[in-house]
Amino acid sequence: MSTTTALPDTLDVSQTPAVPLSRLIRVELRKMYDTRAGLWLLAIIGIVTTLAIVLFGVFAKDADKTFSNFSGFAATPQGFLLPVMAILLITQEWGQRTAMVTFTLEPHRSRILTAKVAAALVIGLGAYVLAMVVALLSALVLGGSGAFDDFSSLDLGTFGMLQILGILQGLGFGLVLLNSAAAIVLYFALPTIFGIIGGIWPAFADKAAWFDLGTAQTPLFDGAESLTGQEWTQLGVTAVIWVGIPLAVGTWRMLRAELK
Amino acid sequence: MIKFEGVSKTYGGFKAVDDVSFVAEAGRVTGFLGPNGAGKSTSMRIMVGLTPPDRGTSTIGGHNYADIPNPGRHVGVLLDASAQHAGRTGREVLALSALTMGLPESRVDEMLTLVGLTENESGRRVRNYSLGMRQRLGLANALIGDPSVLILDEPANGLDPAGIHWMRTLLRGYAERGGTVLLSSHLLHEVEMIADELVLIGRGRIVAQGTKAELLQTAGTFVKAESPEKLTAALGEAGIKASASGDGGFRAEVDPIDVGRVAAAAGVVLMELKPAEGAGLEELFLELTADDAREPVGTTGTTQQGAPA
Repeated sequence: MSTTTALPDTLDVSQTPAVPLSRLIRVELRKMYDTRAGLWLLAIIGIVTTLAIVLFGVFAKDADKTFSNFSGFAATPQGFLLPVMAILLITQEWGQRTAMVTFTLEPHRSRILTAKVAAALVIGLGAYVLAMVVALLSALVLGGSGAFDDFSSLDLGTFGMLQILGILQGLGFGLVLLNSAAAIVLYFALPTIFGIIGGIWPAFADKAAWFDLGTAQTPLFDGAESLTGQEWTQLGVTAVIWVGIPLAVGTWRMLRAELK
Repeated sequence: MIKFEGVSKTYGGFKAVDDVSFVAEAGRVTGFLGPNGAGKSTSMRIMVGLTPPDRGTSTIGGHNYADIPNPGRHVGVLLDASAQHAGRTGREVLALSALTMGLPESRVDEMLTLVGLTENESGRRVRNYSLGMRQRLGLANALIGDPSVLILDEPANGLDPAGIHWMRTLLRGYAERGGTVLLSSHLLHEVEMIADELVLIGRGRIVAQGTKAELLQTAGTFVKAESPEKLTAALGEAGIKASASGDGGFRAEVDPIDVGRVAAAAGVVLMELKPAEGAGLEELFLELTADDAREPVGTTGTTQQGAPA
């Protein structure tokens, strides 16, 4: 603080470094576990992942107890929960109006957004690693002699890609709607809506893989190596529609949204 | 120093801030006073870059807010004490800010002590805080980066009289050490207690600004006579306008000596003759914002602007 004798009209900011991105990412990560709700969500992701794999190990036929199947079993619950985590990472700032504080401490909103995306991916990576470790241990302990016969590094990549797509979609939906309830409802309602439309309009169902991310992703669960060129294209197109466009529109909205 | 130059902001057809210019100097506590919805909060959001102005510029110490690196270290901001995650503890709210600014965790304890939140209270979740506690937490959050400029929106709201006194001491000391303080309020008595300089705003426009002393200064004379009728008649003959001013006295817009001469010439016995006291900011505030206030003024004197002390 300046002295009382000469009060400068200007603020000397030359000695102040900007807030490094690494610190913003740490802050965003901390925001995900410093409330009971956040902590529970992370705990549930961990518990459900572990439980899904272990239950599969207990109840599945011995021949099915392969590493690939174990890890695949973690994909479904994580596919639900990680996008919710991503949505909340964005929307809780609006629901609780903390964005006002966040954006005054770092007025460059794009840096906050970058930190949030990074934080969501770090949590996703953590969930992925946990799933792999539990699946590996389960395959070793519960699996038969051929537990690793169907192992394919492409499947590991597929699993990771699905998680990343889910997380980015959650971020996009959160950014577009800036409202937890609306974003989560829409995220879960979309597949159902596509199912209903497809049910009453067969022509739509035939083409669903071109605009429904869920339909386009289905072949991936049978192993990425079996995907045809057209199926990859469909995956790309649906990812642009449901991940790319929401992220772009949502980013534009967050950078401009007025906070009251 | 905070400088606002020709700032305007329109929402739809509503001019929330209309060509507002003022300066909040270093070493002074500037009170930003106006009725609810006058444009105070919008102005403050513009100052810290949360709302882009349609026209005009706003700088802090010569910089656009967005150009200040790690702004929490230079500008302490409290815009809404309730804008905190209800599920976080008070301590955690400060810890997040300290982490963002790159401050040691010990700074959190210093701030908690400074604003008088106990160890026990700091461990509670914000949803269980009273408004007064949230204000203290918000002030701690604004001060944690040891900034030289403070921007506080309604900081005294929810504080008890002792709390307001405490805040006055804190902000006075802060300004005396060279800090710039801008605080808003819709309650005149809060601002009257804390601020040196006043900026009065109504319906998005500045209606008056200056030091508290300047704004309080009113020319004129208070006079009370044994026979009010004779006095008004004499003053009327002399061409001096006088208006009733309570207690059977009158107020005239001339110096006491002029009233005294008229009274002496007319042989009116005076009971009191003195320079009119400052009418109090209350009257000024009501007068200046009467056109802009949401309720008509004059019927009950002091309605929404807070009871006299």
